[in-house]
Amino acid sequence: MSQKQLRIALRNCGVINPEKIEDYLARDGYQALGTVLTTLSPEAAIEIIKKSGLRGRGGGGFSTGLKWEITRKVKADQKYVVCNADEGDPGAFMDRSVLEGDPHSVIEAMAINAYCTGANKGLVYIRAEYPMAIDRLLTALKHAKEYGFLGENILGTDFDFDIEIRYGAGAFVCGEETALIHSMEGLRGEPTVKPPFPSESGYQGKPTNVNNVETYANIPVIINKGWEWFSRIGTEKSKGTKVFALAGKINNVGLIEVPMGTTLREVIYDIGGGMQDGAEFKAVQTGGPSGGCLTTKHLDTPIDYDNLLEAGSMMGSGGMIVMDSNNCMVSIAKFYLEFTVEESCGKCSPCRIGNKRLYELLEKITQGNGTMEDLDKLRNLSSVIKDTSLCGLGQTSPNPVLSTMENFYEEYLEHVTFKKCRSSICKSLMTYIVDEEKCIGCTLCARNCPVNAITGERKQAHYIDPEKCIKCGACMEKCKFSAIFTN
Amino acid sequence: MAKVKSFDELKKIGQDLKTKMSALSNKNHPDSIIQIKVAMATCGVASGARAVLEYMRDELEKRSIPALVTQTGCMCYCYAEPTIEVTIPGKEPITFGYVTTKKADEIIERYIRKGELIEGVIPSNYQTIESI
Repeated sequence: MSQKQLRIALRNCGVINPEKIEDYLARDGYQALGTVLTTLSPEAAIEIIKKSGLRGRGGGGFSTGLKWEITRKVKADQKYVVCNADEGDPGAFMDRSVLEGDPHSVIEAMAINAYCTGANKGLVYIRAEYPMAIDRLLTALKHAKEYGFLGENILGTDFDFDIEIRYGAGAFVCGEETALIHSMEGLRGEPTVKPPFPSESGYQGKPTNVNNVETYANIPVIINKGWEWFSRIGTEKSKGTKVFALAGKINNVGLIEVPMGTTLREVIYDIGGGMQDGAEFKAVQTGGPSGGCLTTKHLDTPIDYDNLLEAGSMMGSGGMIVMDSNNCMVSIAKFYLEFTVEESCGKCSPCRIGNKRLYELLEKITQGNGTMEDLDKLRNLSSVIKDTSLCGLGQTSPNPVLSTMENFYEEYLEHVTFKKCRSSICKSLMTYIVDEEKCIGCTLCARNCPVNAITGERKQAHYIDPEKCIKCGACMEKCKFSAIFTN
Repeated sequence: MAKVKSFDELKKIGQDLKTKMSALSNKNHPDSIIQIKVAMATCGVASGARAVLEYMRDELEKRSIPALVTQTGCMCYCYAEPTIEVTIPGKEPITFGYVTTKKADEIIERYIRKGELIEGVIPSNYQTIESI
């Protein structure tokens, strides 16, 4: 098998003991910090990051070097650097893996960031649901302080820097940087309108540079190996690699790190080991609740920030959920909307009310009560929510609906016009029927039906009352003669 | 640990540690030893990696096989957890997936003792930053 993966952010994960700083030091640990502190000016270091082409790995894809430069240029007596470890996408766990496997790389990168932007205080915002990541990070912070990589006069220079941890309660919206900052300040985790951007006025009103865990994990390598090395990897506008959490109906579920520009086909069939049970590939959902679906027609599209956006999805933090023909796309859209409705902070009406209405429309369609008019409403409402929501959560929340409607419109039509779900997921659209030829009247199904919906004389074909049936499938499971089927 | 006072000192510490670590897997070096890494991230622990780690430590000692058993982070093979990596000095590291204590016993007896290749090997499927 050709080696299509390249581990940069995950270089030490599964290689070093995350609780031993010596393991990290033996793999060029803190060398990048030493190089930056003793041989480079902040401007020169920022220039390296800019030239490397590194873009934010949290999903937005903003140039990391540019973000640092903007924060550097703002004049203030106090600045902060923040690590966003509030990984909230369903099915995404790369940040946790980096923190659990290689916490020092994040600490080192934060120190470099602080030196470049002129901050001397760092904060890691991490969700309390990651106890092991928190433990390892605390251990790493302790060791880094003992060695003097944090504290005063680091490596004999006049640079001081220290890191504290702030715990999040696991709200999805707190991954948005303004909401994250408010949560750290002890306020409600609600976003505010940008501008002002955090780089001008962030934590405690001071300039604050927020980067994601995976972004940080790339920094030491860029310094050690040079921007030329880094910028050779990837596509024209997306440099380096991206970590994806590969999940769903695929054989080799796991974390993968591939150079930008790798195609979906390579990810699914070469790295992921193909579809489970040889099923046919239907779609892959990327970008979590903010993203969309890619289908067979995108199998050969190189994955990078811009191509994903063009395909109606987004990079997001890197969740990749693979689906086959047993997944109903309307239900998938509904699943993500349910998540959004739950996680919307409620501050702005388009997101709070609009998403709820979107969810209700999808619920109506999956229950077989949808009309053609509802499909138009879905589309219109989606674009209103996108255009008018306050923060990234609402602005992207209709994406799963829009992208499934774009790529799988025929499934929506089937639900609405034929009241049919081709994947047999939408229970309301299913009817359990007894095949009278096959049924021998053993009464097993009737005895197992929890709502007594099955009637029939012994040794005669039985009948399922569709009014009473709750579609639990118990009868079908119990029947030894395969006499029960769904339409 | 005393604080590192300069970049030169850090460079030296890094170099010394690197030499020390590479001695572990160099079969001609007196410090060489069998190394076993157990993937102990949340996902691995949830699939039983802790039991495997303890089993490995106890059993290798009982069977008088000198070895260094350590924990490490996620090896990224979620589908095959728990995963362990075994490095016999002078040989390439080998990753095993689906390691139960029963499998661990087989690894000790057949791979570590006799050098036989057994089922459950996960082929390395990535490039490292050192290789390109």
